[in-house]
Amino acid sequence: MSSRPHKMPIWRRFVMFWVHNLQQAVGSLGELSRAPWASLMTIAVLGLSLTLPSTLYVVVKNSQAATMGLNDAAEISLFLHKDLQRAEVETFAKRVELRNDVEKVEIIFRDAGLRDFRATSGFGSALDYLERNPLPDVLVVTPLAEHKSADRARALLAQLQQEREVSSASLDVQWLERLQALVRLVEDVLGALAVLLCAAVVLIVGNTIRLMILNRRDEIVIMKLVGATDGYIQRPFLYTGFWYGFIGGVVAWIATALLVFWIGRAVSGVTELYDSSFRLLGLNFNELMVLWLIAIILGLSGSYIAVRRHVAAIEP
Amino acid sequence: MIHFEQVSKNYPGGFTALKNVSFRLERGEMAFLTGHSGAGKSTLLRLISLMERATVGRVAINGHDLRKVGRKQVPYLRRDIGIIFQDHRLLLEKTIFDNVALPLYIEGYTQGEARKRVQAALDKVGLAGKERHFPMMLSGGEQQRVGIARAIVNKPPLLLADEPTGNLDPKLSMEIMRLFESFNDVGVSVLIATHDLGLIARMRYRTLSLKEGEMISDGLAHQGEAHHE
Ligand SMILES: Nc1ncnc2c1ncn2[C@@H]1O[C@H](COP(=O)(O)OP(=O)(O)OP(=O)(O)O)[C@@H](O)[C@H]1O
Ligand SMILES: [Mg+2]
Repeated sequence: MSSRPHKMPIWRRFVMFWVHNLQQAVGSLGELSRAPWASLMTIAVLGLSLTLPSTLYVVVKNSQAATMGLNDAAEISLFLHKDLQRAEVETFAKRVELRNDVEKVEIIFRDAGLRDFRATSGFGSALDYLERNPLPDVLVVTPLAEHKSADRARALLAQLQQEREVSSASLDVQWLERLQALVRLVEDVLGALAVLLCAAVVLIVGNTIRLMILNRRDEIVIMKLVGATDGYIQRPFLYTGFWYGFIGGVVAWIATALLVFWIGRAVSGVTELYDSSFRLLGLNFNELMVLWLIAIILGLSGSYIAVRRHVAAIEP
Repeated sequence: MIHFEQVSKNYPGGFTALKNVSFRLERGEMAFLTGHSGAGKSTLLRLISLMERATVGRVAINGHDLRKVGRKQVPYLRRDIGIIFQDHRLLLEKTIFDNVALPLYIEGYTQGEARKRVQAALDKVGLAGKERHFPMMLSGGEQQRVGIARAIVNKPPLLLADEPTGNLDPKLSMEIMRLFESFNDVGVSVLIATHDLGLIARMRYRTLSLKEGEMISDGLAHQGEAHHE
């Protein structure tokens, strides 16, 4: 639009564009000190808002790992018909063990079962009054790792139930399913919570930047009068949003680490009782980077919204 | 340079600030714009610098029909116009250097690259050596001259001044007018709004007079109401 030719060659303009961006990026760091309280509050809100979902994420991640371990315990008990001979039981066990979804099969013969029961139940000699051993032979089937999920194990159970030798079968997965449903629920809540908190963060950053823009109204009018584009005026505010996210992300790291440490101590107090080696895992490097990125994106989008609405609205 | 064709301006609320104004300011010409308070001088300048849009009629600057200039192009058009305000409009938290360099920063200059031009502009208005000062440390006349240095630093082909001598003493007013004259000597078009009739009479330049939004005379001030086109 300028009627005069540009005074700088294109490549120089290009280099200058980046030099300027860098200068403004550093310069806007100084801007934070123009409104130190508003900036500190906004950064704290941004960081702490992200702490809640990221800590919940850590909890979900760990409980997923924990229930994965519980899946390993998924075993199918097959109660066989009582009229089977010992040899028949053994062949059947062999046959089940040869299936490609079964890892191992353990046989508990009815005599051994009764002995165990007598020893552990405390009924002791009361059992001597029984005429016949009431227990059936039992096969304890452990599925292969990839067939241990509740659904797969259930399918396997259904197939084994069809076998002629089996009188009944059981897979105690209900509690596992309930636990998994609980974890899924927490995940959903976590998702909704994260979305809400992110929206709140964007609004809060947007509001702080809006106030900054309105505070510098006169300055913006002057810049517009001497020919500044909206883009030029917007840039320092966008950088301010960027720094909010940048620093807020670090705040979220620290707060999450503290919270996870605290929860971890509480959890280990419980797991020690169960003689478990369970340890709460914090955020790994990738997750830290994602958290940082999210913080920066939130800071940027908050300032972008404010800048789009309010810089254009200021007219000389 | 400036071309008004039957321009009218109604402010929201229905007040008509300019009625059917037509005139032409040639490239390299210098002229005064005068009239009583509320006559529409500032409004006319605001139309040129695109702070307002004409309600009726056509305004063209430098060959660009302003009706065809979109929002996005306004900044680029303004870079070709040096504007001087009665109330200086300086950035109070920035040094004199940064104030004057602002139009250059906007065009993508670094501080180092802007230095020579800023120094030249400050020399021109007699403020060399005040680069590190802040606007509040200067007198009213000095602040006005900082505003002038900022307006000329990127060598625009057109200068607009709204009451540039509004609250200056006669001697300083004359100095500032001489300054505008010197820019005009190197080919810059200059349009100055003022109601300092004494000053206008001494300067002997073309004078456009507004009365209640109408252009009532166009010619040399001392020739009274005679109409030249
Ligand atoms: N934004 C506005 N909205 C409504 N009316 C306005 C607006 N700006 C100016 N006016 C009216 O338009 C008329 C012309 O105003 P303008 O500022 O152009 O006068 P002027 O010639 O510059 O006066 P002065 O010498 O006092 O500066 C005035 O009557 C004023 O009340
Ligand atoms: Mg005025």
